[in-house]
Amino acid sequence: MNQPSQMVLAKALGQAMRAALAADEKVVLMGEDIGPLGGVFRVTDGLQAEFGTDRVVDTPLAESGIVGTAIGLALRGYRPVVEIQFDGFVFPAFDQITTQLAKLHSRSRGRLRVPVVIRIPFGGGIGAVEHHSESPEALFAHTAGLRVVSPANPADAYVMLQEAISSDDPVIFLEPKGQYWTKGDVDLAAGPYGSAAVAGPAVTQRFDTLNKARIAREGDDVTLIAYGPSVATALKAAAAAETEGTSIEVVDLRAISPFDMATVNSSVAKTGRAIVVHEAPVFFGAGGELAARITEECFYELEAPVLRVGGFHAPYPPAKIEHEYLPGLDRVLDAVDRSLSF
Amino acid sequence: MPAAPWQPSALTAEPLVQLVDHAGQRRVDDVSAPYEPLARALDADALRTFYRDMTLTRRFDEESTSLQRQGELALFTQSKGQEAAQIGSAHAMRPQDWAFPAYREHGVLLVRGVPLRQELHLFRGIDHGGWDTEQHRVHLNTLVIGSHALHATGYAMGMSRDGLVGTGDPTKDEATVVYFGDGATSQGDVSEAFNFAAVNQAPIVFFCQNNQWAISVPGELQYRGPLSRRGEGFGVPGVRVDGNDALAVYAVTKTALDKARAGGGPTLIEAVTFRRGAHTTSDDPTRYRSETEEKYWAERDPIDRIVALLKAEGAWSDSFAARVQAEGDEFADELRTYVRSLGRPDPMTMFDNVYTTPHAINEAEREWMRQYDASFKKGGSR
Ligand SMILES: Cc1ncc(C[n+]2csc(CCOP(=O)(O)OP(=O)(O)O)c2C)c(N)n1
Repeated sequence: MNQPSQMVLAKALGQAMRAALAADEKVVLMGEDIGPLGGVFRVTDGLQAEFGTDRVVDTPLAESGIVGTAIGLALRGYRPVVEIQFDGFVFPAFDQITTQLAKLHSRSRGRLRVPVVIRIPFGGGIGAVEHHSESPEALFAHTAGLRVVSPANPADAYVMLQEAISSDDPVIFLEPKGQYWTKGDVDLAAGPYGSAAVAGPAVTQRFDTLNKARIAREGDDVTLIAYGPSVATALKAAAAAETEGTSIEVVDLRAISPFDMATVNSSVAKTGRAIVVHEAPVFFGAGGELAARITEECFYELEAPVLRVGGFHAPYPPAKIEHEYLPGLDRVLDAVDRSLSF
Repeated sequence: MPAAPWQPSALTAEPLVQLVDHAGQRRVDDVSAPYEPLARALDADALRTFYRDMTLTRRFDEESTSLQRQGELALFTQSKGQEAAQIGSAHAMRPQDWAFPAYREHGVLLVRGVPLRQELHLFRGIDHGGWDTEQHRVHLNTLVIGSHALHATGYAMGMSRDGLVGTGDPTKDEATVVYFGDGATSQGDVSEAFNFAAVNQAPIVFFCQNNQWAISVPGELQYRGPLSRRGEGFGVPGVRVDGNDALAVYAVTKTALDKARAGGGPTLIEAVTFRRGAHTTSDDPTRYRSETEEKYWAERDPIDRIVALLKAEGAWSDSFAARVQAEGDEFADELRTYVRSLGRPDPMTMFDNVYTTPHAINEAEREWMRQYDASFKKGGSR
């Protein structure tokens, strides 16, 4: 058994890529400033020095170019892991992602595989300027053929990124940038490439994080469903509610497309109440899809309508008022009260 | 054998328009000769204005950088080292022309009269822009690299449609200048803009400040063909100019703008310069840049160059220098006081101006927020 190491989420992601680069020579990292700078968040810090400029490639400043050429490399048998510098800058590549990357497998009747991972720092709360705090997950989840995932802690970040890289499907990997500096235990032997990271026997444990949600906290009265950065908010709300005698269960979805309805359903069946929390605008967001499915599948278990807590249907505001836009502890607890009052 | 002196990686074989060398001496060669009369036409007052504007822009950089260090700004994008490119080109514009900036064109904004303190709203996180674009004829900053090259092109196409190109009346004819970096030339949008501008013979000047770096990525990883010739295949002729020589930049830009206003179509200008600061205050250039390179460019600083020129031509006096210094001090003082006095915007403003006419969801969310807020004020639950 390996000793878990304490590290921040950003480091765990870097270590996951390090393990993948070491284990599989077809893995290639591409992106803007990922080389000597180590990415603007230093997630790829040291990887170019270790694996060389052929494996860790500083590209021209062109998102459509990055994703488009990654598609070509993937068709040629490589496993490109691309970094988009910020959420708001993925849109020049939106065409390549939605019209090409997502569809080549189905168009070729399964003959072609395009195992591209697109890493995107996402979400708000870090006081950034315009276009640096977006939550575009619904746009990708609405596109069939893409898997959309977001880890909430360092351990998951480490395993989920490896599972994304080893997946033959294209994966939109949303990194909760507000959690980059959150520390946690990471088992470096875990994950499909983990054995390359540490000496010793390969870990046989299957995580299946691209398909399986995680119960982040057990509770009986209300289920909070969240992913990525909102898991931390949900856990804080659960801790606060406990002091008022309310027992909250928190489901960390991990994967948004597809989401793990079985885990959601069994939690909602237990508590009878569900609230979806995400930073993205509620209007036409992932919460709407979850709420509709929970209503269909848990209709007889529900004690209250499924509620959603999230951002507003307004452009992400300037940093000084972003905390009024983001669903914080208070808005989540307010929804808990509303749910309990039905 | 002594090591060869450090040379910038920007392709040095391409012709370069330079009218004042870095020691402040006027010079002229075959490439720069056509531009020389325009620079000669600038009198001592005009040159002093260049110096003043460059100095105030540098002062704005220094003040804003220290405000960022003190936690008053979330981020700042310095223009240090690029003042000649910005001031020279902005002074070549006429009042009726339009500028489309990226995010470090502080010198251009200064010349166009945009209150620089207002630009800091964006970096302080209290708004996303918001100056009166019509009044100053300066479009809002654009943070998504390259996308505004197309807006500027479309805007210029509108100038033609409005019959304000090639009328022969210098007070009427209009043109647009769009500013972007060397990195931006990698974006599809910029190539598309070249094509649209050429096809439509739009009155536009593409002004590329080649400051050698796109954050940490140097020119040789961004492009292999010379940037000044990037437009040629599309039908956009290019000029390469010493971007630290305000006079050359002025002359080259004025020539391109005059041509554009007269109906002669677009020009691409590559101003070869250097970003002396970090990319932004979050960046760490020591990770990717050498001291030798920084020293090379420090010796070619655009402000030092214009000082040397003014001195060489007897247009410099200590009292003038002191006046500019005093003006800078006052400007910096006001800037600090102003920025520190800025409060938070009312959170309810996030619901404003999302649509021009009522939108049911927008209105419902605004109302929900209003009631939610009020519930706290009544001494509500939490
Ligand atoms: C579409 C897009 N991708 C990435 C970024 C992040 N980013 C901001 S500035 C920058 C470098 C820009 O370099 P360049 O165009 O040379 O202009 P400079 O900043 O040097 O003036 C990058 C990569 C962005 N703003 N927009």
